[in-house]
Amino acid sequence: MKFLRNILDKIKPAFEKDGRLKMFHATFEAFESFLFVPNSTTKKGVHIRDANDLKHVMTVVIVALLPALLFGMWNVGYQHALATGGTTAFGELFWFGFLKVLPLIVVSYAVGLGIEFIAAQLRGHEVNEGFLVTGMLIPLIMPVDCPLWMVGLATAFAVIIGKEVFGGTGMNIFNPALLARAFVFFAYPSQISGAKVWVAGLGSGEGVIDGFSGATPLAHATAGEFSKIPSFSDLFFGFIPGSIGETSTLAILLGAGILIYTGIGSWKVIVACVAGAIGTGLLCNAIAVNAYMELPVYYHLVMGGFAFGVVFMATDPVSGAQTETGKWIYGFLIGVLAIVIRVFNPGYPEGIMLAILFMNAFAPLIDYYIVEANIKRRLKRAKFSKEEKK
Amino acid sequence: MPTTIRKGLNISLKGKAEKVLSKIPISSDYAVKPIDFQGLTPKLTVNEGEQVLAGSPLFVDKYRPDIRFASPVSGTVSHILRGDKRKLLSVTVAPSGEQQYIQHPVKDVKNLLREEVIQQMLASGVWPFLKQRPYGILANPGDNPKAIFISGFSSEPLGPDIDFALTGEGEAFQAGIDALRKLSGTIHLSLNNQVSANSIFRKIKGVETHTFVGPHPAGNVGIQIHHISPISKGEIVWTIEPQHVVSLGRLFLKGIYDVSKVVALVGPEVKKPRYFRIISGANITPLQSYISTSSNLRHISGDVLTGANIGATGHLGFYNTMISVIPEGNYYEFLGWAKPFRMKKYSVSRSYFSWIFPDKEYTLDTNVNGGQRAFVMTGEYEKVLPMDIYPVHLLKAILAGDIDRMEQLGIYEVIEEDLALCEFVCTSKIDVQHILRQGINLMIKEM
Repeated sequence: MKFLRNILDKIKPAFEKDGRLKMFHATFEAFESFLFVPNSTTKKGVHIRDANDLKHVMTVVIVALLPALLFGMWNVGYQHALATGGTTAFGELFWFGFLKVLPLIVVSYAVGLGIEFIAAQLRGHEVNEGFLVTGMLIPLIMPVDCPLWMVGLATAFAVIIGKEVFGGTGMNIFNPALLARAFVFFAYPSQISGAKVWVAGLGSGEGVIDGFSGATPLAHATAGEFSKIPSFSDLFFGFIPGSIGETSTLAILLGAGILIYTGIGSWKVIVACVAGAIGTGLLCNAIAVNAYMELPVYYHLVMGGFAFGVVFMATDPVSGAQTETGKWIYGFLIGVLAIVIRVFNPGYPEGIMLAILFMNAFAPLIDYYIVEANIKRRLKRAKFSKEEKK
Repeated sequence: MPTTIRKGLNISLKGKAEKVLSKIPISSDYAVKPIDFQGLTPKLTVNEGEQVLAGSPLFVDKYRPDIRFASPVSGTVSHILRGDKRKLLSVTVAPSGEQQYIQHPVKDVKNLLREEVIQQMLASGVWPFLKQRPYGILANPGDNPKAIFISGFSSEPLGPDIDFALTGEGEAFQAGIDALRKLSGTIHLSLNNQVSANSIFRKIKGVETHTFVGPHPAGNVGIQIHHISPISKGEIVWTIEPQHVVSLGRLFLKGIYDVSKVVALVGPEVKKPRYFRIISGANITPLQSYISTSSNLRHISGDVLTGANIGATGHLGFYNTMISVIPEGNYYEFLGWAKPFRMKKYSVSRSYFSWIFPDKEYTLDTNVNGGQRAFVMTGEYEKVLPMDIYPVHLLKAILAGDIDRMEQLGIYEVIEEDLALCEFVCTSKIDVQHILRQGINLMIKEM
């Protein structure tokens, strides 16, 4: 790697303060620090630093997303085969899905990173790593037949309005990937909902086997067709139509394992979300005035985007609650709201997206009260010690 | 009942000092550095070439000229180093011949009044031993502190064994404690559960003893204060290092300013890590023969989390009782962030594998291991800060310059060393200690 290093060292001066290409400083820095961990040493404060950095954290999240991504690719091929009666050879199914999903990933990264680089350039900052994860999340929560321009537009919206206007990674209020999904959901409701978009090729009217609808389990539930909901095991393993990465609860659980084990995703948020959902689901079961409320609570955990949202979106440390106590409240309310929206709002079959975005907005408020309690403890102590003196 | 500290982190470094006290030759020069004293504006009282005795004032506090800073040795003022805007950086004294002390009256401290003790401490130059909390600045002789806190053990990486350092100093330590008792009614001495049976701490009278068990920063006096009697608005406590208590005792027993102390030379780049008896402010050049010959080293007066980079020929800091030597980290690492296995690196994160080897001793260098970013990860700081404080919220209040909020969030209870571990673990590589000091300086200015 000496060779590469030499090249970088040779061209580096041009990008520095007085160099010809100094306007591309941030871009150069991003590529250089991507290839090599910089040689910068501690200047003030601690002399040694933990090996962990944000690039590494983001890498781990991407690794955690891989099971969902790979399963999603296969499932795209599988659903297509179910719909059209095509081949069921594993390799071909995966390859079909790979070719369908790859363009979405490329578009998401190209648009998002392009904007990140320009923003860093304009601000004179270093390029932030945050988009490495966002860029992977966005395709995974899109329906496979979502047009590429729509993905690009949604990504641009999420990065600019969701993140850069607030100051970049670490400053955003809402989870950027969910914002992209919400943008598509509300801006193009006719093109991207219904039964046609979840399976590759359905929209363009390829030959469909009789009786195949392509509707997601949640769509069946909302429509009251409970007999059409697939079996629990199909839901759990993910042999169902849906957004690319969300279908297999098993694959998502693998990712959750990685996130919890490494401590990068907060287990408190995940546990609290699930507890909130189960609690609400059980309450619905107990009251049960309609068929949806009678749906066994464990179905809620494996249908739709609940698992994916809880594991990969709710645990976003920037847009979620930042205090440890706050994380419990934040997560619990996400679980509650997700089920409430699913069961009681006929307009939105899936509630997790709105639940998380809603709680993103309330996370600072939750933290505010937790921190305020800490301040009150301190004040109380001060009063107490004054009285003691008297 | 011992107080158990659960949050924190012991960073296991190579080069722990063996309990051997070695002799080294006298240094060529000794420096007193105003930058060792937070918030001090110094005023010189000597010129280059002037003869001084051990205990002669070199400079004083400009706004409280009673507070003197004394020469640790007798000899000639060899160099006065100034920085930008003529800021006084250090006053260096070259020793000559046998050490000659200014002789102060020898008095039994028990029969002295509080005022007399303060006068003797100010006149002799030992007053700067006392630091004030909040803020970690020099104690003000006019204040009446709620208590004085002493940490009797160190928990920082490769921290010296204070018990060992104080061997044979029982009498002086007790005399120092007696002097402190004149200043404040309550003296809190915190120990860990490993104090040996014949430790001098076992025989000390006139202190309230506390026991702390747990990882670093359990040995930080700030953490101990928080658990024993936290500082609220308007309250003042003082802190002092155990070896300074000994020097304080010597002042009343022998009437001299004797700031020799036992200093640990530690770190992965030290060939034979051990203890030395060194006079405060000594040039560390005579220690070279114990240190590796590599030219790419960092010499730190203090520990690797809070110490000062003094270079190979620098001087031991006023409050420091250890010198750490670690390799510099000025190298590039190809795709380092993407590697899951970096066996030479240490991380608290389970995304690396250092947790598998809890007993491994690491050779950590000064590489930042990444670039500075905004706050992203949450809950990291809280895991290594055993205080009822929200560190990130406090730092954000400081960055916003909001002094009301800083006060509400507990800035009175912390100084840099207490948050040093937060800085170590920070994924975003934020300069936590620097930000905190800026906040403290703002508080001092505005309040």
